[in-house]
Amino acid sequence: MEKRVLVTGATSAMGRAFVKELAIKGHSLILAGRSEAELESVATDTRIRFGVQVEVCLYDALAMDAAARLEEDLTRNSKLALHGVVFCHGFMPDEVSAETDTELREATIRVNYISTVNLIEVFKPYLSVGEYCFFCTLTSVAGDRGRPSNALYGSSKGALSLYLSGFRSRVFEQGIRVVNVKPGFVDTRMTWGLPGLFAVARPETVAVHALQGVSRNHGVVYSPKFWRLIMLLIRVIPDIVFRRLKI
Amino acid sequence: MRGDYAFERFHGEPPLSVIRSRSLDLSGWGRFPVEKCDAYRPESVEEIRELIRVAPSESLISRGMGRSYGDASLNSGRGVILHERLNRILSFDPETGLLHCEASVTLAEIIDVFLPQGFFPAVTPGSKNISLGGAIAADVHGKNHHRDGTISGQVLGFHVLTGEGELVSCSRSENSRLFWATLGGMGLTGAVVDVRLKLRRVDSSYLKTQTIRTTDLQETLDEIILRDRDYDYSVAWIDCLARKKSLGRALLLRANPASPSELPSFERESPYSIRRKLPLTVPFSMPSFFLNSGNMKAFNSCFYWWPRRTEALRDFESYFYPLDAISNWNRVYGQKGVLQYQLVLPLESSSQGLREILERVAESGWASFLGVLKSTGPESGGLLSFPFEGTSLALDFPNRHDSIFAFLRELDRLVIHYGGRTYLAKDSSLTPSAFRTMYPAYEDFLEVKAEVDPNGRFSSSLSRRIGLTE
Ligand SMILES: Cc1cc2nc3c(=O)[nH]c(=O)nc-3n(C[C@H](O)[C@H](O)[C@H](O)COP(=O)(O)OP(=O)(O)OC[C@H]3O[C@@H](n4cnc5c(N)ncnc54)[C@H](O)[C@@H]3O)c2cc1C
Ligand SMILES: NC(=O)c1ccc[n+]([C@@H]2O[C@H](COP(=O)([O-])OP(=O)(O)OC[C@H]3O[C@@H](n4cnc5c(N)ncnc54)[C@H](OP(=O)(O)O)[C@@H]3O)[C@@H](O)[C@H]2O)c1
Repeated sequence: MEKRVLVTGATSAMGRAFVKELAIKGHSLILAGRSEAELESVATDTRIRFGVQVEVCLYDALAMDAAARLEEDLTRNSKLALHGVVFCHGFMPDEVSAETDTELREATIRVNYISTVNLIEVFKPYLSVGEYCFFCTLTSVAGDRGRPSNALYGSSKGALSLYLSGFRSRVFEQGIRVVNVKPGFVDTRMTWGLPGLFAVARPETVAVHALQGVSRNHGVVYSPKFWRLIMLLIRVIPDIVFRRLKI
Repeated sequence: MRGDYAFERFHGEPPLSVIRSRSLDLSGWGRFPVEKCDAYRPESVEEIRELIRVAPSESLISRGMGRSYGDASLNSGRGVILHERLNRILSFDPETGLLHCEASVTLAEIIDVFLPQGFFPAVTPGSKNISLGGAIAADVHGKNHHRDGTISGQVLGFHVLTGEGELVSCSRSENSRLFWATLGGMGLTGAVVDVRLKLRRVDSSYLKTQTIRTTDLQETLDEIILRDRDYDYSVAWIDCLARKKSLGRALLLRANPASPSELPSFERESPYSIRRKLPLTVPFSMPSFFLNSGNMKAFNSCFYWWPRRTEALRDFESYFYPLDAISNWNRVYGQKGVLQYQLVLPLESSSQGLREILERVAESGWASFLGVLKSTGPESGGLLSFPFEGTSLALDFPNRHDSIFAFLRELDRLVIHYGGRTYLAKDSSLTPSAFRTMYPAYEDFLEVKAEVDPNGRFSSSLSRRIGLTE
């Protein structure tokens, strides 16, 4: 059975890191993204470097019926069977603008939360359960506790985390692994040039941690690992103190 | 289609990194100078275009792997475009060896991917950790320059994104003036975004090497000028501390590709295999006394005990990239870094000029770790390309004291006196007047630059230091 994996946000640095690690493991790939030209570049690069089969398809999380359209595109010419799906698309808004911008708020929630939930439900039937199959999503440590500087982004990731935890239990017996990856700061376009970053991880590191989590059937993966401890500490700070902290 | 998107206005919105820069202390491989620059890191060609249009930095310069020694890929207080995320291979034809890829693909990646298929870069400098963009911008040469010229000979074409945001396709037949201004143009004509390059077919990843020891400069020059033509690759390590009768003594390392039948039997099965070595690193900057002249003398005299002639089969890595085996070896020069000085002299003045320069270096006490001597072939046609027919010498000077600059001025005068020039990719000390004398084609270069970049959007610390731009 050919082990095909669908990757969304495949043209981002995170997406490319997953594509590389999956290709090294010999998976064939379907790359989903917004720019056909960029998708083609990543696809060709992956074929030449790793000799695996790669297809591309357009996906915009803000398009109407985005998940259904992607399904239609992928099932039009042949039967679709997937070993797994990795979700790398995501959007971090400027939180200050978002305070006064309804569309920006809704777009953020749609890209990070709604679109992923829709994709998960639409593509669940296409996971072919051999030994196992998986959904691997990138949420964020920002989803563990709301902070003033990223309340909106954090809540969209946090909502997705809650969904994943319920969904994981629902499909647990079907052999579907649901791995929620919570990276700290990663060295990508999203964080480039932002102030206040520390311990910034390489995208490849996060991808390796995430795929380890998939093969070991972990529910939640913090990447790098020490974030689990930091977030534990941050979660236990009582609200009466937390509201005064400017973190 | 209107209404097709939930939020029309977010469709196709340019990504944020376009205008967001990060303030970084950057340096070249010599770790001198170190300058604060606004670093941008685009992930697509469209982002570079947008960057050229809107970035608040006063000017921009591309940076590949930062393996040039001085300030060629720096832009003090201004913008630097980090190309590192634009490194996708766009096509490869295993019949012809024709490779099309983005500019920050490195020679190391090319070797990893294509050597197992029997291809190798036809021209490679002494480090494989350089990008194709950097290779074009410096019109780099390798140990086969006497035979194959610079990398320009293998470059079929490339696209340059100019200061006006225009994507221009360049080759020998299309926009050829920009082609020859960009080859060797140190990034000043714009950002090279993709490259079409022909790789060389090889039969194995091994070379038949021959090492010989010479006793003085005349013998060294006789060997490289008269006998190099029998070898595809040739380079000489020269003992810069030796004086008087031993002045110019050297180890000559020459090589020809090995065919599978010449390999030991256990390698014949997989002639392209490269044995992986553990990377060594220099964990911190060495204190500068490490390179005191006593140590250097010991190092440089080692070859007294070298047999006069040895032959051996060596893999590409160890022949071409002996220094890459230690990943941060530039740290051995200590905190203040190193200045590299590479010069080329015409054939007719090589003997006398090198003698005088080597004498000056030996008596100056500016210990030089590696002196690399090589015979060079004809010029490539790049307006600011470095090599021309003659002999090239590369010297390292640990930056121990500011008086090194006065000494390098003196060397500049000697180089000019003997009709030579120094290499911009290695340089951190050249002055405007010396530059103009060494590179008389700079006026033609500026003409092309004015056409494609009338507003001077591209400039670097190097270009301002040598007076090539404002
Ligand atoms: C150990 C060692 C050995 C070396 N041996 C040799 C040798 O034998 N022969 C030789 O010729 N050189 C040699 N070099 C020098 C090196 O090959 C050149 O400096 C080369 O340009 C480095 O490439 P880079 O990607 O690191 O470029 P950088 O150092 O980042 O940049 C160098 C120049 O290229 C420009 N540039 C980089 N990318 C682009 C782009 N995409 N578009 C436009 N301009 C760009 C920069 O603006 C800058 O002017 C050696 C260097 C080292 C460290
Ligand atoms: N960087 C961090 O520190 C960090 C930390 C924790 C979690 N994450 C998560 O990691 C994931 C990858 O992000 P990144 O860091 O690599 O940043 P990025 O470069 O901004 O990547 C975001 C990706 O999402 C895609 N995307 C954005 N809006 C979309 C839409 N409407 N429809 C479809 N795709 C859309 C982008 O597509 P285009 O390529 O077409 O623009 C891009 O591929 C995100 O989910 C992010 O939240 C990042």
